Amino acid sequence: MSEPKRASLFITCLVDFLFPGVAKAMVKVLRHYDVELEFPENQTCCGQPAFNAGFRGEARELALAFLDVFEGCEAVVSPSGSCVAMVKEYYPELFSEDEELRGRFQSLADRTWEFSQYLTEELGVSEFPGRRDGSLTWHDCCHSLRGLGVREGPRRLLSSVEGAELLELEKSDECCGFGGLFSVKFDEISSRMLSNKLACVEKSGAESLVATDCSCLMHMAGGLEKRGSKVQALHLAEVLADALEESGTGSQEEACS
Amino acid sequence: MKSRSDQFHELSSEALNDGFLREALTRASSSFQAAKTDAVDSMPDWEELRQRGHDRKNRAIENLPEALEVFEKNLRSQGGEVHYCEDGAAARDQILSIIRASGGSSVTKSKSMVTEEIALNDHLEAAGLSVLEGDLGEYIIQLAGEHPSHIIAPAIHKSREEVAELFHEHLGSDPNADIPELTRVARETLREAFLGADIGISGANFVIAETGTIVLVENEGNIRMSTTVPRVHIAVVGIEKVLPRRSDLATLLRLLCRSATGQRVTSYISFISSPRTEGEGDGPEKLHVVFLDAGRSKLWADPTQREALNCIRCGACLNFCPVYGSVGGHSYGWVYPGPIGSVITPNYVGIEKASQLPQASSLCGRCGEVCPMKIPLPDMLLGLRAKAVEAGSAGFSEKLSMRVFSLLARSPRLWRLLLALGRPFYRLVARAGLASVLGGPARRWSRSRSLPLPGRSGFRRWWREDAEKGGE
Repeated sequence: MSEPKRASLFITCLVDFLFPGVAKAMVKVLRHYDVELEFPENQTCCGQPAFNAGFRGEARELALAFLDVFEGCEAVVSPSGSCVAMVKEYYPELFSEDEELRGRFQSLADRTWEFSQYLTEELGVSEFPGRRDGSLTWHDCCHSLRGLGVREGPRRLLSSVEGAELLELEKSDECCGFGGLFSVKFDEISSRMLSNKLACVEKSGAESLVATDCSCLMHMAGGLEKRGSKVQALHLAEVLADALEESGTGSQEEACS
Repeated sequence: MKSRSDQFHELSSEALNDGFLREALTRASSSFQAAKTDAVDSMPDWEELRQRGHDRKNRAIENLPEALEVFEKNLRSQGGEVHYCEDGAAARDQILSIIRASGGSSVTKSKSMVTEEIALNDHLEAAGLSVLEGDLGEYIIQLAGEHPSHIIAPAIHKSREEVAELFHEHLGSDPNADIPELTRVARETLREAFLGADIGISGANFVIAETGTIVLVENEGNIRMSTTVPRVHIAVVGIEKVLPRRSDLATLLRLLCRSATGQRVTSYISFISSPRTEGEGDGPEKLHVVFLDAGRSKLWADPTQREALNCIRCGACLNFCPVYGSVGGHSYGWVYPGPIGSVITPNYVGIEKASQLPQASSLCGRCGEVCPMKIPLPDMLLGLRAKAVEAGSAGFSEKLSMRVFSLLARSPRLWRLLLALGRPFYRLVARAGLASVLGGPARRWSRSRSLPLPGRSGFRRWWREDAEKGGE
């Protein structure tokens, strides 16, 4: 490898509060590839909840705060596809009327990465070392798939882990029904979408459901638990960190489920 | 048609509890999805075709006023008549006056969403005319006294058993009839009606300015019947349907057929450029095109929403939408359901009467992905949400919580304090299964999902401690 890469961690509010194990796993994997990491202490929330609810004023305020924290960083990496999509897709658009700001947001967007894409595209990892026994199935999170184009990368990584059996998930690209506030504003519809999704997950026969966005995982894990299912919901970073442990036994303290 | 879009919550809740509907929707969306996916996969240049369709339609919409003038001039010179109507009331009156002038009393209609928009059937029936829907799906829901629940498959919410029952009641057929038998009964009844009708009313999929032509796309042949046999043909057309050139059509037809039913081409495509001319054996004596605005000019003038006019009504966004697939078309409360309906309806009936619709999406993005015209539906839904907030539709508590959220998230110290203090409290609640303590949203969440239970400390603390140990 050439010069070591440097990256700043964008640990979304949800991950910080509910799933720190996912962030730790991501740190472990990135360090394995000698990425020099830093964690800007002043980060809070990307503002997606406000933006999606139509509160553009608030979303702009939070975008500016984000810029303040991350603008000087060489690269920003996050374990959440939808928050990354917010930064990459919508920040520049929110400032379309201010050429200068728009440019600064675009430049930040160009340096912001979803974890699996950073791994496969920026670091060029195609085969993942280590071993992790068990069957997995992959759910395509909407914003990662349609917003960022994450599709083959994580599937390739997972299949390359020794002992991991990747089973295809029927309708893997269909939404789990989360959608942020949608899941509580329209909880009945969201629950129907969730139950359709989980039926496919169970049908896959996999022991673990893997994805790349903690909000979707929180939703699906919550549903699996409510149904009394044995399927474990895991973030890609957790599976990969597990594989690095080589022993094949789980080392993470907190899984998403 | 009167809008009930402000009742989306109630209507969708009822729909979710309807087991028959669930079955019908599951069946329909999976077969529509499979058909479209096959049709698209078999075309390697689909993305180029989409781009071309998008560009051509964009250009057509940009030049809409000019194209309408050219169409009018050309159709008039070929013996047709053209009328412009600003709203539904004007269109209904115009259509009725054409019918009155013709002296006719019986009308056959072919499937048309725009006539649903203006509630034409009710108006004509109230004026004493007999109106018969010629499309099988439309005929079924006419008998049932309902409205379409899908743009291209109006009776998709009805099971075979329900249709058999309906036909038995109205037409005296076998209550256990199978689908071929039901189709035969409908065909016999409808064919009689076509032959005796004075007036045929259709919509239009496209109209071509350059040649003054109305283009109609169908599979059943009822449109061909109702535009050929009756003495008068009235086409009711949204002004956005006009294409400047004949060469625009091939691209859009391919996109439409494959996206709608997965067909390479439909069974019938009719091109109508004039009433019956000398020497022709059939066709109407009079041909009228009634153009409807009803909100379209307003949409045209709004650059953030104008692309909604690019819609060619293929229904793909409905077929792939997991929300539509859960609640069905009637939940949307007006003529156009699904993602495109959630964009069009607030624009046509007013955002204050339909502010729930743009919210009723998980923003999964599938609609934008499958739209053959590349209409950025998710972005438009987001834009409408912002408009609704600007128009003051958000409640006090939502506004307040967004203000507080923004204030907290902009002061990192307060934010950290909140997370630190919130953690033990939240853990207590989640462990005890006391979601209701957290209020309505947590209660609604907990009906079908457990609350996640985090550990004692968050990532920040781990990172600090890890750094003190000198990292890994």
